[in-house]
Amino acid sequence: MSEIKEIIMHSDKIHTDEYLVNMGPQHPSTHGVLRLLVRLEGEIVHNIQPHVGYIHSGIEKMCEAISYPQVIHLTDRMDYLSAHMNNEAVALCIENALQVEVPERVKYIRTIMDELSRLASHQLWWCVMGMDLGALTTFFYGLRDREHILDIFEETCGARMTLNYSVPGGVMFDIHPNFQKRVKDFIKEFRKKLPEYDELLTGNVIFQERTKNIGYLSLEDAIAWGVTGPSGRGSGFSCDVRKHQPYSAYPLVQFEEKLDTKGDTFTRYRLRIEEMHESLHIIEQLIDNIPEGDFAVKMKGVVKLPEGEFYQRVETARGEFGVYIVSDGKKNPYRVKFRSPGFSNLFALNKMAAGHKIADLVAIMSTLDLVIPDIDR
Amino acid sequence: MTNEELQAYLAGEFSNAEVKQGKQYIEMLVRAADLHETAVQLKMAPVLSFDYLFCLSGVDYPDTMQVVYHLESVTHRHIVVLKVNTADRVDPLLDSVSDVWQTAKYHEREVYDLLGVKFNNHKDLRRLFLDDTWGFPLRKDYKDEVRIVER
Repeated sequence: MSEIKEIIMHSDKIHTDEYLVNMGPQHPSTHGVLRLLVRLEGEIVHNIQPHVGYIHSGIEKMCEAISYPQVIHLTDRMDYLSAHMNNEAVALCIENALQVEVPERVKYIRTIMDELSRLASHQLWWCVMGMDLGALTTFFYGLRDREHILDIFEETCGARMTLNYSVPGGVMFDIHPNFQKRVKDFIKEFRKKLPEYDELLTGNVIFQERTKNIGYLSLEDAIAWGVTGPSGRGSGFSCDVRKHQPYSAYPLVQFEEKLDTKGDTFTRYRLRIEEMHESLHIIEQLIDNIPEGDFAVKMKGVVKLPEGEFYQRVETARGEFGVYIVSDGKKNPYRVKFRSPGFSNLFALNKMAAGHKIADLVAIMSTLDLVIPDIDR
Repeated sequence: MTNEELQAYLAGEFSNAEVKQGKQYIEMLVRAADLHETAVQLKMAPVLSFDYLFCLSGVDYPDTMQVVYHLESVTHRHIVVLKVNTADRVDPLLDSVSDVWQTAKYHEREVYDLLGVKFNNHKDLRRLFLDDTWGFPLRKDYKDEVRIVER
C-alpha cells in the first residue's frame, strides 16, 4: 500500500513525459536490498530517491543491551567486506577509553589484516563492477584471487568473512605459524596477477566509453555530502584516515594517499586499482618485521568504560568508519552510533547520476561500492 | 591554529556557547535557538571553515534529547564537536542544518526515524528505515513486548 501512496504523493510533480521506475529492492546491480525510486524521461535519469531500511537490523539498539566485547561481534555484520576494520574501530575505541597500550605485535598484525581485508574487498568490488557492466569474466578472476586471502583469514581467525579477530587489548589468537609465508606467497602471486586486471577491464574500449566523463562529482559536493574513501578521493577530497589520524602501525609505514580531481566513474575505478598496489606495498613493509611478544594484554573479565564520550575513526575499504560510544560507567554502553561510509556515499548518488542514462546509473553505483547492511545497520 | 588557540577563539566568538576541551576533541554546547546561526558561522568563517560533517548522532539522555555534530575542517584539519540539547525530551524540535551541510539531510532523517527529533526547515523529513507504525526505538523508554525480552 505504501508504494502506491508514495507514487500518488509524488504524482503532482510528474509531468506527462516523466515516469517513475522502481529499481530494486531485488535488482542485481544494487548488491543487496536497496530500492531506488528513479524518475525518468525516456532513458535520462532526472532524479533518484534511495529507499533504505529493508535489512535494518537495529544493531545500535542491540548494542545498548550487551557488553563491550560483544559489540565487536555485531560490527562485522554491518560492512561484512571490511569486517576487520570495523572490529578494530571498536577495539581501539575501548582501548583509548581505558588507556590501554597494546603490544607492538598487535599493531603490526592488525594493520596487515586491515590491508588484506582491503585487498579482498577491492577484489570483490572489481569483479562485481565488471559483472555489472556485462563483463562476466572479471567475476571469475577476482574471486580466484580473493580465495587466497580468505584462506589466510580462515587459518588464523577461524572464519573467512566475519573475522571477530580484534578484541579489546589485542587480537583473539596469535597468528598461525604459516601466516607470514602464505601472505608473502600471496603478494608474490598477486603482483603478477594485478596487471591482468588492467588488461581485462581497465584498457577495454567499451569499459572506458562507459565510465569516462560519467557521474562527475565535484570536490565541494564530495565534502558537503561526506563522500569518503576512494569515491571521495576521486574528486580530490583528501580524506584518508590512515594519513590524517593514523592508528595501529600506519605511522610506521610509507604509503601514498591516491588522489585525483577528475571525479568521474573511471577515476574512482582507477584509484581503487591503485589502492590495491599501495596495500601490497604496506603489507610488504610489515610482514617480515612483526615484533615478538604478546598478542594481547590481559584485560579485566568485565570491561567497563569510564563515564564520557569516545570517538574512533578508521579507514575501511569504503571510506571513513566511525564509532561513537557514550558511556555511563556501566558494563554495557549507554549509546553506540556507527558512522558508516556507505550511508553518506549512497545519498550523493543523485548528485552524480542525474542527467545521465539509466545504464550509466549502474556503472556509477558500482564505483560507490555499496554494501547494504553497512547502510541499514 | 593549535587546539588551545582554536578553543580560545571559539570561546571568544560564540559567547553564548559553552566551550571546553573534551576527552578527545573540543566540545561546544550551544543553545537550540543559536544552532543554525552557529552552524553557518562554523562553516563560513575562513579561519574555522568546518566544511565536513562526518558524524551526526542523537542521544537520549534522561532529561533531554541531545544531537551531536562531529565537524572537521578539510583545509585546517581541526575538529570540533557541536552539541545541542532540546528543550522538550518527548517532542524535541531543532533547526535543520541540512542547508549548511548537505549530508545532514539524511542523517537528520535517521535521527528523526530512530529518536523522534523533528527538524525545522527540513525539506523532506520522513522516516528513513522504519515504517510509520513504529515508535522511536532508540529512545530509552521504548517498549516492544514482542521483540525485546527484558532479562
